[in-house]
Amino acid sequence: MDNQQSSIINQQLKVPFMSELIAKGETPEILFWVGCSGSFDDRAKKITKAIVRILNHVNIKFAILGTEEGCTGDPAKRAGNEFLYQMQAMQNISVMNGYNVKKIVTGCPHCFNTIKNEYPALGGNYEVVHHTQLVQELINQGKLKVQGGEFKGKKIVFHDPCYLGRANNVYEAPREIIQKLDVELAEMKRSKANGLCCGAGGAQMFKEAEKGNKEVNVERAEEALALNPDVIAVGCPFCNTMMTDGVKHFNKEEKTKVLDVAELIATANDL
Amino acid sequence: MISCIIFCLLLISASTYFFINAKKIKRNILLGRKIKLNDNKNKRFKTMLLVAFGQQKMFAKPIPAILHFFLYSAFIITQIELLEIITDGITGHHRIFREALGGIYTFAVSFIEILSVLAFIGTIAFLARRNLLKIPRLTMNELNGWPKLDANLILIAEIVLICFIFMMNGADEVLYSRGLSHATNLNEGSLGFSISRHLGPMLYGNFPEGGLHVIERIGWWGHIIMVFGFLNYLPFSKHLHIVLGFPNTYYSNLKQKGEFTTLDSVTDVVAPNFDPAYVAKTNPNNAQRFGVKDVQDLTWKNLLDAYSCTECGRCTSACPQNITGKKLSPRKIMMDTRDRLTEVGNNIDANNGTFVEDGKSLLGDYITTEEIWACNTCNACVEACPININPLEIIVEMRRYLVMEESQNPSELTNMFSNLENNGAPWQFSPADRANWAKE
Ligand code: SF4
Ligand code: SF4
Repeated sequence: MDNQQSSIINQQLKVPFMSELIAKGETPEILFWVGCSGSFDDRAKKITKAIVRILNHVNIKFAILGTEEGCTGDPAKRAGNEFLYQMQAMQNISVMNGYNVKKIVTGCPHCFNTIKNEYPALGGNYEVVHHTQLVQELINQGKLKVQGGEFKGKKIVFHDPCYLGRANNVYEAPREIIQKLDVELAEMKRSKANGLCCGAGGAQMFKEAEKGNKEVNVERAEEALALNPDVIAVGCPFCNTMMTDGVKHFNKEEKTKVLDVAELIATANDL
Repeated sequence: MISCIIFCLLLISASTYFFINAKKIKRNILLGRKIKLNDNKNKRFKTMLLVAFGQQKMFAKPIPAILHFFLYSAFIITQIELLEIITDGITGHHRIFREALGGIYTFAVSFIEILSVLAFIGTIAFLARRNLLKIPRLTMNELNGWPKLDANLILIAEIVLICFIFMMNGADEVLYSRGLSHATNLNEGSLGFSISRHLGPMLYGNFPEGGLHVIERIGWWGHIIMVFGFLNYLPFSKHLHIVLGFPNTYYSNLKQKGEFTTLDSVTDVVAPNFDPAYVAKTNPNNAQRFGVKDVQDLTWKNLLDAYSCTECGRCTSACPQNITGKKLSPRKIMMDTRDRLTEVGNNIDANNGTFVEDGKSLLGDYITTEEIWACNTCNACVEACPININPLEIIVEMRRYLVMEESQNPSELTNMFSNLENNGAPWQFSPADRANWAKE
């Protein structure tokens, strides 16, 4: 197979490729869908690695598609470009169906939503979980033991990503894992179903905002910072960018860190 | 006898006029594209019971929810009393159900009276919220003119209606205690209505018989004329939601909110590249435009949404873009859709049943591209709507039209599209570097 790539193993990470495993006649238990942000954005790459550390730690047999992965098409679809979306989607579906993929974990709620809800109409049927759901599953199965580590006793506020929360009704998985860290989980007034968007969704990430009197991410960061948290926890690389910028806007980056739930788990447990 | 004839004439003309307008609304809704929403009947029925009948989503804001519940329950229960008024009107009886129902009758009217008092309180509070407290979502610019007047008119009409009810029942109580009421005498001291039994003697205790009969009749006629008026006012008002709220929740979207529709017409073009044996799903001979430019491009459900909208603004006050001062307001999207649909309907009426091109469209003349491109597709508006209206679907469909029919999108998005096409990512990175993170 000309796409074949071989596992990347450095001192911390073991990252197998789908093509390689299949060529060896092995089937991974789960496909880790990294996503564009997780692959290319410097900040999001750290989240990707944190997820890999967790996967390595529990010895789950996973693989990534590597260069065979392409954008799910989410930004094109939300921006109204259904052609481009379907081109991307069908390309990805033919790769994944070719590998007989059954279960997928994504590092991004947008990839999660698109593959889970929109790929079936185009012939892509998989069991899809967001990484916070996988972590929750691993904890519940006793495969992953977590402790608070450096976050013990800290105040953490969780910002719901729209495409995990409202779009798919996943509110508890990230909160349950955060609470396992022995922290004080604070809630903003606008949370869960009433959560306020970070400002990135709907392809806004890729364009200037329309005329108004405030940026959405500033509005949201202000709300989170009013609780004076040590950490704003997020579950989406785009929320991460937006909230990080929002915290910087208020010069609060010394006091308040913006971290993905996967990073919280990996850091607290020295994975 | 003469009053029976007048009543029947009123009843017939009020119902006829209402049915003519209701039929127009139905026709206008069916101008939309066809979609099938008749699956999963049990779940749909349950959703309707919870969301429309049970007002479930209203309770996200408890104070207006309770006030609204007063008006709503008074409205529902009063329908029973209305039955009697209509029967009395046609037959010339007075309180025809009283003899047959006895205690139940007294209870029912008493209950209606209590709800009417609560509705009275609710109405005053609503008027105050709109006009004195100036709650932001109820006083935004998009409500200037008719929408504001519409809201106030109906609240004032509600107050007048309640006054008529108590004039009617109050005067009848006094007449009854003097043995002069036309209601069947069942040998109790009073009709036993919870509020009027006290209110009647207080207000009209020393009125002469003639005066009492006049007040009672003014109350009775006033009441039924207000009801007929209200019925015929509905088709032109946001208060249509008291009827359409029920079907609208029945036909709610039952899928996950994150799932956007898949365009089969696009699949028919794209899929053969991947599967030579693919069989087209749409008929190329009746090809429709991609996305939505005008109301006829929307689905009938979108149009039902527009007629059902209460203009409450819960969607807009949850919208991140509106909160931060952008022009986008999901409520305005719904109001514009209804206004344009009404215009198209009037056009059809004026031209013997066919639409004559008027050079206007929903996108452009009502909704601007600035609004369309501001949306985060965050679903906050959909979540907030007490009757499950979906403004987001309209927004996304308009984006589809702009991108796929007009190639009109913000230039940054053109860059994003071409990156996606060439690199498989929305940024300018080489696809060959996609797994480099693992080596770093
Ligand atoms: S989906 Fe769009 S219109 Fe609706 S609340 Fe979010 S940003 Fe506003
Ligand atoms: S769409 Fe729903 S929430 Fe928005 S104004 Fe209309 S009824 Fe209210």
